[in-house]
This record gives sequence, C-alpha cells and structure tokens, in this order.
Amino acid sequence: MGEWFEQNGALLGLALLDGIASAALIFMVAVGLNLVFGVLRVLNVAHGSFFAIGGYMAASIGLLMTAVGLPPWASFAALLLAAVVTGAILGPLIERFLLRRVYAEESVLQLLVTFALFMILEDLQKIVWGVQPVSFGGPVALMGTVDVPFAGDVIPYNAYQVILLPVVALLTLGGLAWFLRRTLAGRVIVAVTLDREAATAMGIDAGRVFLLTFTFGAVLAALGGALSAPTASLVPGVGASTIVLSFAVVATAGLGQIEGAALTALMIGIGRSVAVTFEPELEVVVPYLIMVAVLLLRPQGLFGVPETRRI
Amino acid sequence: MRGLRRAEILIALLLAAAIVLAAFSTPWLRFVLTVALAKGVAVLGILLLLRAGQVSFGHALYVALGAYAVAFLAPRVPEAALLLPLAAVVAGLVGTVVGLFVSRYREIFFGMLNLALSMVFYSVLEKLYHITRGTDGIRVPAITVLGQPLEGSSYDWAVFAMALGLALLFGLLARAYLASPVGQALAAIKTRETRLDFMGVSPRRVLLSAYVLSAVMAGCAGAVIAMATRHVTPLLAYWTASGELVFIAVLGGAGGVLGPFLGAATFELVRVYAAATVADAWGMILGAVLLLVILFARGGLWGIVAARLGRRRAA
Amino acid sequence: MSALLEARGLRLAFGGVKAADGIDLAVTAGEFLAIIGPNGAGKTTFINMATGYLRSQGGQILFDGAEITGRSPREIVRRGIARSFQLPQLFSEHTVEENAALAIAARDGIWSPFRPLLRPAWREEARDLLDRFGLLPAAALRADALNEGTRKLADIAMAVALRPRVLLMDEPTSGVAASEKMAVVETLARVLRSSGVTAVFVEHDMDVVERFADRVAVWAQGRIAALGSPAAVLADPEVQRNVIGIARPARATGGRAADA
Repeated sequence: MGEWFEQNGALLGLALLDGIASAALIFMVAVGLNLVFGVLRVLNVAHGSFFAIGGYMAASIGLLMTAVGLPPWASFAALLLAAVVTGAILGPLIERFLLRRVYAEESVLQLLVTFALFMILEDLQKIVWGVQPVSFGGPVALMGTVDVPFAGDVIPYNAYQVILLPVVALLTLGGLAWFLRRTLAGRVIVAVTLDREAATAMGIDAGRVFLLTFTFGAVLAALGGALSAPTASLVPGVGASTIVLSFAVVATAGLGQIEGAALTALMIGIGRSVAVTFEPELEVVVPYLIMVAVLLLRPQGLFGVPETRRI
Repeated sequence: MRGLRRAEILIALLLAAAIVLAAFSTPWLRFVLTVALAKGVAVLGILLLLRAGQVSFGHALYVALGAYAVAFLAPRVPEAALLLPLAAVVAGLVGTVVGLFVSRYREIFFGMLNLALSMVFYSVLEKLYHITRGTDGIRVPAITVLGQPLEGSSYDWAVFAMALGLALLFGLLARAYLASPVGQALAAIKTRETRLDFMGVSPRRVLLSAYVLSAVMAGCAGAVIAMATRHVTPLLAYWTASGELVFIAVLGGAGGVLGPFLGAATFELVRVYAAATVADAWGMILGAVLLLVILFARGGLWGIVAARLGRRRAA
Repeated sequence: MSALLEARGLRLAFGGVKAADGIDLAVTAGEFLAIIGPNGAGKTTFINMATGYLRSQGGQILFDGAEITGRSPREIVRRGIARSFQLPQLFSEHTVEENAALAIAARDGIWSPFRPLLRPAWREEARDLLDRFGLLPAAALRADALNEGTRKLADIAMAVALRPRVLLMDEPTSGVAASEKMAVVETLARVLRSSGVTAVFVEHDMDVVERFADRVAVWAQGRIAALGSPAAVLADPEVQRNVIGIARPARATGGRAADA
C-alpha cells in the first residue's frame, strides 16, 4: 500500500481534484432534477438537455463577447447570462405548454412526454451548434492555476475547477437549503412537495409554484452546463449522459435529499475520476455500479426515507 | 370485444400478405420490411411492459445483445437456425438477471435504470475495442440457413421469412400471454398493485415474467437485424435506439399486438423517404410526432383502426 | 372452543400514538366479531398487522395455532386470511367479472400463460360468486364505472373468492347508501355463513353491529375496552358515552385509507 501510494500518490490526488470538480457540476444538475421531481412529481428526462444547451449557449455568448472586444473577465458574465437565458426561456415554455397538460395523467405518459422533449432538444442542439466539438476555454485560462498540497506533494491544478466550481456548488447547496427552510417562498415549495392537496386547499397557487420551481431547476442545470463549457468541449450526447448520471445521483442519494445529493455527487464524481485515472475502461460503469450496489442494499437510497405503498 | 379479437387475426393475415406482396414487387423494400418486422417484435416486448404501466428507455440493450451474440457466435456456429435460439437464450439470461433487479422498481426508476444499464452496455461495446472493435463494429460472416449456404437474394428472402415467422409466432404468443391470468395480473400492476399482494400474487414475479419475455423478443429482433444487415455496431444499444422502440410502441398503439407492427412498418417506410431529406432533424420530428400522438391520438395507429372497426360493427 | 386467529400482547405505536397497546384478542372459528371504536383508535391498524401490511413492535399473532407475526401479506393470504378494504381496491381497468376471475386465479395459481383468464371454469365460478353477491348485472362493467356501494361489494367478493378461513373487513358498509345498507349486510352475512367463513369487521354503524355480530370488541386508544355480546356491550353506559357517542358522528366525516 505504502509503495503503491508513493508511486501513484500524485495521480490519486489529481483524480480526487478531478472528481471534486465534476461532482460540483453533477450536483448542479441533480439537485434541480430532484427539486423539480419533488414538487411536480414529474421526472424530467429532458433535464440533461438544459445542461447541454446551457453549455453551448455559454460558449456562443462567450465567443461573441470576445469577438466584439469585451474585456476577458466578461466571459464569467457570459456563463451566468447563458444559464439565465437558457433556463428562463425553455423552463416556462416547457412547463406552461407541455407539462401542464399532463399533470393529471398517469406517470408513464408524463415520462413519455419529457422523453419526447428530450429527443427534440437533443436534435435542436445539433441543428443550432452542429456536431463538431465546441470549446470555450477563456475563464479557465483567466483564473490560472493553484498549487494544491496533497500527501507531501504539490499538485498544480487550474483554479477554475478546484476553487470556482466547488464554491458555486456549495453556494447553491447552502442557498437552496436556506431558501427552502428559512424563507416563506421556500416553505411554500416544501409544503407543495409534502402534500399537494393540502397546500392547494390552503390557498397556495400550485401552478405558480410549479412554474417557478421548474424554471429554477432549468436555470440550475443550465448553469451547470455553462460552468462545464470552459472545462471540456461540448459534443452531441452530453445531454443524454448528463441526465443518466444525475439520475444515478438522485436515485443513490434518495429522492428529495439535497445535502444527500451533494455527498452522493461527490462520491460518484470521485469514483468516476479515480476510475478514469487508474482503470479508464471502467469510467462509465462506476457510477452505475455504485448506484446498483446502493439500491440493492437500500432501495430508498442512501439518505432517503422508505415509503410504504398506500392502500 | 370478441369481434374485434377475431378481426385482429384477419387483419394480421392481410397485413402479412401485404408485406409479402410489397417485398415481392419492390426488392429494396424487402430489406426495409425485414427490419420493420424485427423491430415490431422488439416493440411487442415494450408493449408488454406498457401494459403494466412501465416504460423501459433501455430495451435496445437486448436488441444489441441478440445482434452481438450472432456476430460473435457466427464464426463458430454459422447456422441461422442455431444462432437465433442462441441469441434468444443470451438475451433471456441477461434479461432474467437484470429483471430480478429492475422488477423491484416502478415508473421513473424502472425507466431510468433500464436507460442507465443500456448506456453502460453501449460504452462497454464502444470501449472494449480489442473485443468488440469499438465503433467500427463487427461484420457478420456468411451463415447457412437450415444447412443451405444461400447467397444474394435467396439469403435475403430467408431472413425476411424468418422475420415474418418470428412476428407471427411472437404476436400469437403475446396475445395468449396478455389474455392469460399472468397477463391480466400484469395489467393489474398498473391499476392496483398492492391488491395483488393481498391476493397472494407477487407483482414482482409477474413483471419479471413480462420483462424476460420482452428481453427474449428484443434479442430475437437483434439477431434478425444482425443477419439482415450483416454488420453490428454499438449504435444498436444507444439510447436513441431504445427511444425508437418506445416511439414505435406509442405510434402503433398499446391496445393490441398488431400495434407494434403497424407502427414499425409505418416508421421504417417513412424513414426511408424522410431520413435522407431531414436527416439532421429526424429525432426532432420523432419527438414532435410522439408528443402529438400522446396528446391527441393516444390509442396510436391500432387505436384508430380499432375505432373504425368498432364503428362499422355498430352501424 | 379454540381460537382461529389470536393476538397476544400486540403492540404498535406511530410516534407517540399507540394504535395497539398490548392487545389480547381471540377470534373463535365461525364467529362474526365486530370491532368498534372512535377513529384513530387502531382498528384498521389491527387488520393491517394481522394481514402483514404493518409489522408489529411487540407481541404475537397466531393463526390456527401457528405464529404468523411479521409474515408477508402474500404468505398470510395463502394461509387463509383475506381482507377487504375501507376504500375498495379494485383493478379499475378490468371488468367486475375479470376482477373476480383474477381473485380466483390468484387462489388457484396464475402461472398458466397460454390459457385465458376467462376460461370456462373460472368464468363460471366468477359469475356464480357475483350472483351470490347480487353483482351479476354489473359483471361486464369496468370497475371504475361502478358506484361506491357496488365497488364495496365487489371488493369483498374478491376477498371471498380467495376462499379464506378468516375474512377481515375494514368498514364493509361505509360508502354504502343508508337505504341499501341492511340489504348489503344481509347478503354478505348469508354468503359468509354459507361458506363457513370467520369474519372480523370494523364497523361504525351500531345497527349493523347489533344485528350481525356475535361478539363486539371495543377499541379505545390501542386497548380493548370491552368485549362481549352486542347486547351487553352496547348497553354498557361507559361504552355508550365514550365510543358510540364519538363513533356515530365520526361516520359522517368519512376518513382516509389509514385509520391509524
């Protein structure tokens, strides 16, 4: 063990840092997926597409800003702008004109509707942005690298991924927890999650809550995508792998868990990057192995509460 | 209802005759229809799961399993009559193991777990280059059919006949299964699963039986596709392929076993003409049509046919 | 006479609410035992524990001398304890006849994948069963098209189709129109007596209890406050004040699936 560590310590450190960075992004998508499911009771298969479109949008806006000669730091604004534009346009459109029609339907139909949406959005990306990889490295270069001490070694790593991404994810986590537990609007959302009929009976406008929650979830996913744009080139298929990965996080953590989703994202993110480093062929399999193992032992997820079927 | 069931058989025979005629008159249609029939068989499996209120976004996994089983085994067992059952067994075994796991879950979990597993399989096919040749895929060597080393159009006819035979066989099988107590209990899972438990029936085992059957059907479909195209690639397992199966199931309608075949034939024929002109927007069109069918014509094509038959009977 | 179904020291609490606080109850073969008491006293919880839906936190349940505590609903029903529900649990997309046939199939074995559910033998038995419940006119209707009273009877018919030795019924007359209530119970009692089924039923209508129960158990705060013949129990001033006075108006409010 000691010898292995001496040879591979730096690699392991690198893998951990990669894992933390990717966990931050997965968390942004998973927490939105979870929140939307909790409130609307619809699992949005197209949620990963918001991530992809947010990423493409960020690259486009960022490149445009550079082209018109805006200062480099403006590319950070591009990321945020892309997320808000993507989420605030697609979110209300989809909730109002599509999901609203099927809330009363059986869940298999809701799944099919969001799946159809997923097919549409995946192609839309290809039509708008093409199939060639799109990349936008500005912000990463801008922030430079930091030296991360690890096990007696020093690992230089880009500050964007090791500082900015985790900070944004933690702010999201903290902000969301504060919002849901301490503010009136947040408590209204939680009330709708727990008992929709009772909440509606108390005069809460469920339609508005649905609309805002769905849009907020879309913005979070798009923000995740926008933040990912500077770290990896965008290719078709990102939406598909993102939805499956974030579903794996939600299922492993347990439905409705926010802090649990963060820990699980970390676990799965690190698991994956360790696999990439040491056993690259296992990369894609690791998150699902973790999920399957957890579900076999705890069907309600690591942090979930078991739910008995009502009779 | 009874009249409709009898009409169903009549329509099935007419449809089969029309397909054979079309394949005779236009040789290039033969290939399209072979694939359509094979996909119809796979979609029949999706239909079984839909009856239980469940949808799998990952059934292309079993199509790909059947296809790769043929590709891997063909050099050693170059005989279609052996390869087909072997592919069915492979898909059935994997379906049993996976089914034991996923049959514990419903709705979103069921759908997404299937999707996740198919994505894993896709990337395994893609990444294990030294075994699967990655995205290049594997060529299926020449095989005999019932001991006959066929070539050219006679081989294509043989595969076509195999697809048609499978479609008829599994169509009848699915029909009998759905009318049987197990099949009826399957539909009961959708409406009141807990009552089954209180009647001493395990809903999980009922769903598992449908799942394994659907895996076998998809495996056979994959085997036929591999024999028809003579080339298998990981794309067979990609989520878009699973999405297609779900699409065809909804388009054709889940109300009867003819739905999948009506849907598959329509789908493949439209694709031949449309895909060339709108290749980039193909998925988008599928998605849009899927939405339209769900929102405005929920019974799908079979639903429309059945409603017409019903009206004529009533008149 | 020995007990067919017996609870010994059965305990279960939800948070601080004690639904069963050391219940001792022996149901004799062939009798009709009514359980009465205010909402939330733990009556439905008892049925849920006896049928394996809820796990008790202490004590034992014995059926025909063998312990069944903690067994699954499926195992318990196969041993001969069936139940019906306060809110009817029908397969809403199936016809009434198919619902009954499914119950018969569940009893005789569903694993005959190539023979139809509505095979002659099962169809005949299903129609015979529905006839005994007066449900034959509704046989071809889909279960979600029925009125509440008919749904209720169909729900009980499905439990009877399992040929249980003990039938636990959760408020068999709730939702049945007042004018039909006595006729419905009359039918029910005749079917059950003729097939020798032991019945335990939760009931809020004291007229029904008085007329059909052999014995009455009064449930209050997770304990059995009184047990005896209907005449004796219902005449008890304590019971009249604490249970009947509360229970009668409670009926009007209806209630949720889980009584506890």
